[in-house]
Amino acid sequence: MPQRPRIDSTAACGLKAQRSWDAHHRLTAVATAFVIVAAACGGATLPAASSATPSLVGSVTVFAGSSLADAFKSAGEQLRLKNPGTDVVFNFGSSSTLATQIINGAPADVFASADEANMQKIVDAKLSDGAPTFFVGNRLQIVVAAGNPRQIAGLTDLAKPGLIVVLAGPSVPAGRYALEALRKAGVTLRPASQEVDVRAVLNKVALGEADAGIVYVTDVRSAAPRVGGVDIPEQHQVIARYPITVVSESKRPRLARAFVDYLISEEGRRLFAEFGFSRP
Amino acid sequence: MRAARPPLAIAVLATIGVAFFALPLAGLLYRVSWQSALSDLLTPEALDALRLSLIVSAAATVLGLLLGVPLAWVYARVAFPGRNFVRALTTLPMVLPPVVGGVALLVAFGRRGLVGEWLDAGFGLRIPFTTAATVMAATFVSMPFLVLTVEAGIRSVDRRYEEAARTLGASQWRIFRQVTLPLVAPSLFAGAVLCWARALGEFGATITFAGNLPGVTQTLPLAVYLAMETRPEVAMVLSLVLLLVSLAVLVALRDRYLRLD
Repeated sequence: MPQRPRIDSTAACGLKAQRSWDAHHRLTAVATAFVIVAAACGGATLPAASSATPSLVGSVTVFAGSSLADAFKSAGEQLRLKNPGTDVVFNFGSSSTLATQIINGAPADVFASADEANMQKIVDAKLSDGAPTFFVGNRLQIVVAAGNPRQIAGLTDLAKPGLIVVLAGPSVPAGRYALEALRKAGVTLRPASQEVDVRAVLNKVALGEADAGIVYVTDVRSAAPRVGGVDIPEQHQVIARYPITVVSESKRPRLARAFVDYLISEEGRRLFAEFGFSRP
Repeated sequence: MRAARPPLAIAVLATIGVAFFALPLAGLLYRVSWQSALSDLLTPEALDALRLSLIVSAAATVLGLLLGVPLAWVYARVAFPGRNFVRALTTLPMVLPPVVGGVALLVAFGRRGLVGEWLDAGFGLRIPFTTAATVMAATFVSMPFLVLTVEAGIRSVDRRYEEAARTLGASQWRIFRQVTLPLVAPSLFAGAVLCWARALGEFGATITFAGNLPGVTQTLPLAVYLAMETRPEVAMVLSLVLLLVSLAVLVALRDRYLRLD
């Protein structure tokens, strides 16, 4: 396992968070316990976010994996309502693209990744202010045309000849998770395309250009009823855990933190549940 | 006579202008890891992309010549109502964001598209996600460069040569082939090279319409974009290759065919 640089952090929440981030790589249980701590931390600072203090005026730029688009837009709307004078600007794309952009100096205040590998790039580049927090979880689903005209029942059916299947590219979290699920199911297939992010996979199926793809359950839900979803059984399922962090070069760390705190608050969790996300 | 000395303000601004274009090239030259440059360039994914890009850009140029030269001749020689509108329509991809072109191609030739649905139902032909789609995307964005260049060439031909051929009994088709085409050979060449260079650099329409699959639709620009996330050193070498090829094309063209003076 590669050595990871330790992250300096003085904030109490940050220290706990860091411990949990490192611990996760050893023991999931510790990380799970941390979530409760993180929620408590978030809860403690939330009132500051909702009381519209003058310091929470301005615009915060959030870079987030494309699967988060709908939920984050809704969360941004909530933050705007609670804090008049604040604005949230989003840049959605594959987590790998976004991580590359941030490392090359893109002005992000918050980064939310659909996987740990791309978040680790930010941590390794010393661009994470404190340790990242896992804030939601997601599961994979096969996306098919509405009504499932090709009668796809599971992962094995994706290898049927004549079927056009698209996946996200192997550097994209959703693409890597999809390959993992296919490997677990013992299915090898040649996708017609490796799309740049998970929403591109969804859209190719929604447009009818592809017969099926592997995306997150939240993607299928957001595009229904234009598309249908076929469940992947538990033994082949891959659980995605999404970490989020404030970028250390942020010019508006307080506003950025307020956004993150809102997402990990109880209200934020309810919002994510509405979009089909699970707890991390 | 001495060459004019530019006023200081103009010299400064012009220098900044040059630096704006020169610095990115310098940055690439500086950042490319020269020790591994060759091995990066010889990775299977880079070679696949290079090979596909050469095939696709060549095919787009051939298609462009086949369809674009007749189009240029019509624009130059036939005055028909709505000519300006049709010319604008076929020149649109020059100013259109390529990704918009890709969306348009998808709704026309996609499986559920205007023509694509019929192609699928009638012939079982599906264009998206194939190399053919990559060629179509490249042709869509690059052919206008050829058409405009060749049209300008045909317009500048002295029509008396064509009329002389006609009085000698040559058919219109023979005049086109044996008189007009040889006379516009320089613009034909310049147009074809511009078209080829634009096709080589095509990204947006390709990734939208043709998707991205190594060896099938992943051209050099797509490989650069995706390698930037996983293997930046490969992306930089490939970028440098594209940049140098394009630069060579422009320098050669400017010297021989695109003289302004």
